[in-house]
Amino acid sequence: MLAVLLRRLLNIIPTVGAVILVIFLLFSVIPGSFTSTGAEDGRMLDPQVMERMRKEMGLDDPILERFGRYVGHTLVGDLGKSFRTREPVTKLIGDRLWPSLKLAIAAMCFAILVGVPLGFIAALRPGSIVDSVSMVGAVSGLSLPQFWLGLMLMYLFGLLLGWLPSFGYGDGGPRYLILPALALGFNPMALLARTTRAAVLDVLNADFVRTARSKGMAETRVVTWHVMRNALVLVITTIGLQFGSLMGAAVVVEKLFSWPGLGSLLVDSVFQRDIPAVQGCILVIVLFFLVINTLVDLAYAVIDPRIRYA
Amino acid sequence: MSAPLLEVENLSIALSQGGKSYKAVEDVSFAIASGETLGLVGESGCGKSITALAVMGLLRQPLSLGGGRITLDGGDIHNLPPAKLRQLRGKRIAMIFQEPMTALNPLSTVGRQIAEMFVLHAGAGWSEATDRTVDALRQVHVPSPERRVKDFPHQLSGGMRQRVMIAIALACSPDLLIADEPTTALDVTVQAEIVDLMQELCAAKGTAILMISHDLGLVANMCRRVAVMYAGRIVEQQAADEIFERPQHPYTRGLIASLPRLGARIVHGRQRLQEISGVVPAITAFPAGCRFRPRCQRATDICQSNDPPPTPLPEDGLVRCHHHG
Repeated sequence: MLAVLLRRLLNIIPTVGAVILVIFLLFSVIPGSFTSTGAEDGRMLDPQVMERMRKEMGLDDPILERFGRYVGHTLVGDLGKSFRTREPVTKLIGDRLWPSLKLAIAAMCFAILVGVPLGFIAALRPGSIVDSVSMVGAVSGLSLPQFWLGLMLMYLFGLLLGWLPSFGYGDGGPRYLILPALALGFNPMALLARTTRAAVLDVLNADFVRTARSKGMAETRVVTWHVMRNALVLVITTIGLQFGSLMGAAVVVEKLFSWPGLGSLLVDSVFQRDIPAVQGCILVIVLFFLVINTLVDLAYAVIDPRIRYA
Repeated sequence: MSAPLLEVENLSIALSQGGKSYKAVEDVSFAIASGETLGLVGESGCGKSITALAVMGLLRQPLSLGGGRITLDGGDIHNLPPAKLRQLRGKRIAMIFQEPMTALNPLSTVGRQIAEMFVLHAGAGWSEATDRTVDALRQVHVPSPERRVKDFPHQLSGGMRQRVMIAIALACSPDLLIADEPTTALDVTVQAEIVDLMQELCAAKGTAILMISHDLGLVANMCRRVAVMYAGRIVEQQAADEIFERPQHPYTRGLIASLPRLGARIVHGRQRLQEISGVVPAITAFPAGCRFRPRCQRATDICQSNDPPPTPLPEDGLVRCHHHG
């Protein structure tokens, strides 16, 4: 088990290296800089000021030098200073990380707690009302755009019913969390319901389930002793992938609900050409994805002995 | 023959497909006495395995029982409430499947999968069941069973897994063991070991065997009586030695002729193995009249127009052919 963990962690290193390279190159290649956004707004900066700023930020240095500096700083946890606020990017991200995590975890909890049981019930009673209703729900859940769903939730629960605050972080309490978490979690929930259903149906047709039935096991026991764990292997893959991409997907929802997370920081920073902040946000989102994936790999090893002993 | 343990009478199995119902198995009757071994032989797709599943009460959509009776000790098993039928399964009728690779749960230890039998049918707790599991593994000659109980299926060879399947099936000393091609997926050398093991243990426990195979040679060696199935029907049923010496149905003759014989080349010179031309018809397209007619060399007009009725042979045998003998 420890060996699996170490191997996965070692696998992360080259991935992070590649990500750092791509992030850096991307922002060296795209046109426009922090200093030129002022010009776009029509607020002409004094060329001398612009020159001084470029120098101060080291924007005119050769690319290799800048890359070396970037890697060096990143490795010691220094993500640079925001062009916009002059604060360290680590502090900006630090302020936003917890709200983002909270939102992602809440959304995922909703997705798992609703999607997985729904898929399970649907698979055990294929063709039943639960099955048809949940699968229609799942398909529409997959095709609803998040921002639209978010708006509808705001309208219904915030405006019409007035049960919940329609946007903002407030005191950070659960009342503010519910609507954005629903909006963010609906897609993964629908996908999980479908995946779980397919996985369970698949396992129900497996030979070893027939063996279990031939042993004289009641169907509920067949399901709890033999089907669940096997289906879980497939479900966990989907959970991992969805959870990993949730941070990125949160950009829209966070912006919509004025949620002070990484997503809205990323969007704001992109508009301001605040490159260090953008790079930092992307790096953190990627790291989050990698960590989740590692956890998923570990979960496989816990569940599936074939992976554990491989 | 004494009162049969298992009696299958006019069994038919329906296959529903595209809103239509077809008979995958029709008018199948056979009986097995306590401790007896009956062989059920035929090519793939002739209905052997689903007949076995019907006896287990394990037919699932799109297959269902179309008619007939299956009785165990005189009691119709398909009239039993589901809970009673479940108690029968595993405890009185057990089954071994063809693919030891997939028939065991990959995520559970083999010990646990055997122990389940004692928990389900003997009212044992898990710790007692685990002790008995070690004995069960020892009985099927698995080396160092104390360690093997903790192994997962993927750590065992095909032969070892099939031994585990046998241990599961015979854990509760059932009255009847259904072995559905138990050696087909195994190496030839392992096949003999598995067959010997099954016979040895069943003889010791007084368990009757329904041996399903496409290998007429294997079945003839193991069983006192043999039933030959073709396209959902039993076309011939006789004592094993009779069927080899005097096969009555052209299909049985074909099966015997297609068996390779050791030393035949020295005696008769180089010869091609005989094959039966053509393939088993699909369930959805059984021919009218005799179902073997399209592949039969003896076929005449009557075979096309009339379905051959079962003709009794001496000593409880029967054949379904207009031109038998």
